[in-house]
Amino acid sequence: MARRLDPIEPGHQRGAFEPTRREFLQVLIAGSTLMIGGVFLTREEAAALPGPGNTSDQSDIGDSLVAVETPYKYMLKLEVTPHNRVVFQLPRQDKGQGIATALAMMIAEEMDADYDRVDVQLSDRDSNRPTTITGGSSTIRTMWEPARTVAANARLRLVTAAAARWSVPPNQITVKQSLVMHAATGRAANFGELSAEAAALAIPVTPLPLKDPSQYTIIGSADGKGRKNARDIVTGKQKYTLDLRPGDAPDYPANAKPAVVLRPPDIKGRVSESWSLPAPPPGIVYVKINLPDRGPVETGSTFPQPTGIAVVAVADNASFHHALAARNALEPLVDWEPGPMAAMSGEGIRTTLVSLTPALTPVASGLSSLDATFDFPYVAHAPLEVMDAVADVRASSATIWYPSQTPNYQVGQIAAATGIPDANITLHIPFAGGAFGRRLFGEAAIEAALISQQVGLPIKLMWTRNDDMRHGRFRPMTHHAIRATWSNGTIQSWEHQVAAAEMDLRHGYGDALSPPGIALSHPEIEQAAFNATVSVPYEFGATQQRITNMRFEVPTGSWRSIYSGFTMTANEIFVDRLAQAFGADDIQFRLDHLANSTSASAPRAIRVLEKVRDKRAAWGAAPAGHAYGVAVHAEYRSAVAYLVEIDAVDPANPRLARAYAAVDVGLPINRKGLEAQFQGVLIDAFSVMIRAGNHLDAGHIVEGSFSDFHWARMNHSPRSFEVFIFDATSDTPGGAGELGLPPGSAACINAYARATGTQPSRFPVLDPTS
Amino acid sequence: MPVYNLTVNGQPRTVDAPADMPLLWVLRDLLDVTGPKYGCGVGVCGACTSHLGDSAVRPCITPISAVSEPVTTIDGLEQNGDLHPIQQAWIDLDVASCGYCQPGQIMTALALIVANPNPTDDDIDIAMSQNVCRCGTYAKIRAAIKEAARVMRGGH
Repeated sequence: MARRLDPIEPGHQRGAFEPTRREFLQVLIAGSTLMIGGVFLTREEAAALPGPGNTSDQSDIGDSLVAVETPYKYMLKLEVTPHNRVVFQLPRQDKGQGIATALAMMIAEEMDADYDRVDVQLSDRDSNRPTTITGGSSTIRTMWEPARTVAANARLRLVTAAAARWSVPPNQITVKQSLVMHAATGRAANFGELSAEAAALAIPVTPLPLKDPSQYTIIGSADGKGRKNARDIVTGKQKYTLDLRPGDAPDYPANAKPAVVLRPPDIKGRVSESWSLPAPPPGIVYVKINLPDRGPVETGSTFPQPTGIAVVAVADNASFHHALAARNALEPLVDWEPGPMAAMSGEGIRTTLVSLTPALTPVASGLSSLDATFDFPYVAHAPLEVMDAVADVRASSATIWYPSQTPNYQVGQIAAATGIPDANITLHIPFAGGAFGRRLFGEAAIEAALISQQVGLPIKLMWTRNDDMRHGRFRPMTHHAIRATWSNGTIQSWEHQVAAAEMDLRHGYGDALSPPGIALSHPEIEQAAFNATVSVPYEFGATQQRITNMRFEVPTGSWRSIYSGFTMTANEIFVDRLAQAFGADDIQFRLDHLANSTSASAPRAIRVLEKVRDKRAAWGAAPAGHAYGVAVHAEYRSAVAYLVEIDAVDPANPRLARAYAAVDVGLPINRKGLEAQFQGVLIDAFSVMIRAGNHLDAGHIVEGSFSDFHWARMNHSPRSFEVFIFDATSDTPGGAGELGLPPGSAACINAYARATGTQPSRFPVLDPTS
Repeated sequence: MPVYNLTVNGQPRTVDAPADMPLLWVLRDLLDVTGPKYGCGVGVCGACTSHLGDSAVRPCITPISAVSEPVTTIDGLEQNGDLHPIQQAWIDLDVASCGYCQPGQIMTALALIVANPNPTDDDIDIAMSQNVCRCGTYAKIRAAIKEAARVMRGGH
């Protein structure tokens, strides 16, 4: 839709805020270096923006996030330093998905900067940006226009400054590799040399024409770019939260004490009221951090409460070893109450979900039909960097290090728990060792703040692997019932009923999915989120997909690809069975039902499937005991099809032998980053469908670590893996990070089913949790 | 507490630590050598993998009292600003995603190549399946091991 993007009134661009009738002002931080940022819309204008649509085909979660961010989309900080570096503050969390590198490419491209002199930092929590969620594969989509616009404005100022310095017309100036040049007079200056003069210019930040894609030399380049922090990672210098030491940040405390938490056996178990803490050994402090289950932090939710006894090693030079040893010594002494799920097992939840599933529409007479049910387990996110946080809480302020995917939400939670005003809490966002949705929430940061507050010292908190596996969050367990009907070879209807343990979304998708000013209830948010993420790309007649939820006291959260991870996976397994029922080839069946589809996703789905069809033909027949499987998924304005070869010579120990992905992300930014995403997500897919899930037994989670949470390893991974990425098929990039999970999952099952002659319906296949 | 004299990344270091203190916490908390990561604490994920002599070990389950050979961690591979060929291969093939497991992956892979200069796919499967990569970078790790081994053999 058309948007008014007025620059602010002349005269207001220097210095600081001057509130006028406009609620948002462009902010220019003039100084010795060029720093720019700005906003253009009023709240009224923002309110006129589109709300969520009915299906992801019309308006998906990324569109909603773009819309909800619009009022402050240019409130970005980009600095040109005197040392000739461009420094961009990214209001998102990079946890390995590569967004910092992609943003560096976008900014270098737009500024004509030397890519090697562009740094992207993860910005601290900024209350001026209410929605900074890193999720829904939305970062590139939400930053695409704003980041390049801010970069273009920086470039304009540098050019203007050079023109003024040399008294030449700006249109005679060229920029290349961070060098501003006037060819006719042979003059040149680098960005750093021009920074101060550019900063002094009174030019409002405005939407500018952006570089034509035909001029791109960095965005979408054939080789792509390796990660900006690759060298730091391979030399051990990359600092994750618990690697920080005094001196790494100006406000990092000198004496942060190691802390761990002794937790109950059961989910949400608690310390018995009648039991009292013994005196701690020398150098150790205990802090009981039981909060009311429906306490002020998470009213009425299924959030895991910070529950247990913090064990803090406060001696000089104390180590996590001391804290862990003291925790182990305390463990046998504690009287625990059972948790609220003590009478429940995974099978009990599955039975409840089955009974919750609405009956499928009866098959009309004269129609043929096919039904199937599927069961997906609870699955831990299990990022390899465990949950951790550093907290330095003072009387009326707090400084926290926590790699949050939802910084403003997180600060609100810390404020509620500690009573420290939101505005007095600084949240730094370190680079993280994975997230997969886990860091949408931050129980560790809340706990760390409470412990620091109660002990009166800065502390660094580490959850052990057991802690996160047994007291963390999970992809919700789900049950699926699908029915398709047809007559004369034409599919008449497709119905998919999902019954799910409630997905906890209170971290803030709700903001993006609610119309402005309207607070939706959690079930409404869930249905809106479901609608905004799943859609059937095929022409299958009357199509309906619904989700019905029930809250259990097992903490949940979005897990890479949110609802699509199970819903669209189930669909694509069912499509294979449907093709079999039709006696059709799996790829051709899909193509046939995409050909006449009105779905906006269909053209992309066709494009990627045709590549996979060609590749499978080139592979020829699969070896004995092996089989191929295919699946496709379109979401986030992107599509991917996978072709996998599963080696199931030993059906009890299958592996991926070969894999191929055909990817259409609209406009690719970084091909290297995309390749990593589409390779990596297939390992997630194989793991959660074949090997790794979490079992609930009498109120506790059985798995405790990577010894029994059987994540795929090198000996399960494909020995050859080609990712084909289409050149630009659009003028805007789509999302990528979560896209591959559903079709990767379905392709693994489709291949395994073919190789073994089975029809798997409960997952993970080797260790079904119900 | 006992005093231990160690060689860590070529440097003599002295620490005062309980005998059962795992090498991981000695490195990270007493010596500020933070390359090795905590991922499980029980020797099943491999994120802390480092070398004692030429052998890859799990510092999280290696008590300090059992350390008698020089310790090399990921932090010690770079020499005077020159990357080890295996580090260069990891960069050239853009192996890392989140990177948290990669110090351990690299140290496991280096021990493999030192023992077996031309590892096959089967050799790589066996040696590297001790380490978890939650981002699923296995295909790139495999390629980087072959590349590093080629360079370390002298380019053949």
